[in-house]
Amino acid sequence: MNNFIKGLWKEHPVLRQLLGMCPTLAVTTTALNGLSMGCAVIFVLFFSSLVVSLIKRIVPHQVRIAVYTVIIATFVTIVDIFFKAQFPKISEQLGPYVPLIIVNCIILGRCEAFASRYSVKDSLFDALGMGIGFTWGLFILGTVREVLGSRTFLGIEILPSSFNPLVVMVLPSGAFLVLGFMIAAMNKIEERSK
Amino acid sequence: MRDNIKIVGVLTIVCLVCALFLSLAESMAREKINYNESKAVKKAIFDIVDECKDVKEVSIKGTKIYKLFDGKNSLIGYGFLATGEGYQGKIKIMAVTDKDFNKLLGIEIISSQETPGLGAKINEGFFKNQFRSLNIKVPIEYTKSEVKKDNQIKAITGATISSKSVVNILNKAIDELKPLLIK
Repeated sequence: MNNFIKGLWKEHPVLRQLLGMCPTLAVTTTALNGLSMGCAVIFVLFFSSLVVSLIKRIVPHQVRIAVYTVIIATFVTIVDIFFKAQFPKISEQLGPYVPLIIVNCIILGRCEAFASRYSVKDSLFDALGMGIGFTWGLFILGTVREVLGSRTFLGIEILPSSFNPLVVMVLPSGAFLVLGFMIAAMNKIEERSK
Repeated sequence: MRDNIKIVGVLTIVCLVCALFLSLAESMAREKINYNESKAVKKAIFDIVDECKDVKEVSIKGTKIYKLFDGKNSLIGYGFLATGEGYQGKIKIMAVTDKDFNKLLGIEIISSQETPGLGAKINEGFFKNQFRSLNIKVPIEYTKSEVKKDNQIKAITGATISSKSVVNILNKAIDELKPLLIK
């Protein structure tokens, strides 16, 4: 159980380990983009961890990274094809960032640091925890940027038109700003609980 | 030696199995993806021109052109696909002109890989609608301030390169098509 919980908070991939910054900063202009990116990562992380954990004994040490990359790339491409077929709109929005999950260090990191050393069950809990942790991080980041930058939440207008949208939130610098505040808040809470 | 054989063997098997799954997934989704794309092209034309009731695909000197007809079956304009480099990748645009090739009736973005939230806004109404009734007798221009002429559009804040790309792609395609359609 601890394997699952740690990814949600204590070892949060984005806010504690600062991994996977590229999609975190790039796609979180809206809450929905953050959420779909998160779901794609959960899927890839879950199945890559499953396969890596299953075949960990037969993969020679020297080529393990190559093998993991091929496995991850396969699941990422399946997600990409699935999005194109079922959700062409979202696929359009996320653009190149879906195929780029292949080089997302959270996934390779979890495969190398966890799935290749622990049992299948532990690896799956670890993958789910990390995936959901990643997703909520992106969702909150996307929500803040969408609400302040475009006055909407999940595409629905929630702030009055008298509120002047902060364009900076939609720009890349907005992503850094909000992420900085989130990490600061996270550190503060951790400090208090000590 | 034994290790080497094992390394090559495992890698080969992993790659083969992955390729098998990929081709399976691709073959299951291909029809749906193609359907989405061709639907996107037709829907784009109907979205741009309300009174268009029928679209015919013709090929002039190897260039694919869509002829638009209204309810009385008379020609109202031409549609064409224009592709070119954007900020991060290819942008594919469906553009429709009137039948004299004097002005644009509108554009739709079929596919693009622009930055979500910034360049991807070329796909939003406020940007696309600027191309309605845009004069194309002279090249289209973009501006960062107020629009003053009937061949100008206003670039998106924070996405000047994407806006400029759309304008350049359209100008190039229009240049190539003009001699084919106007005798």
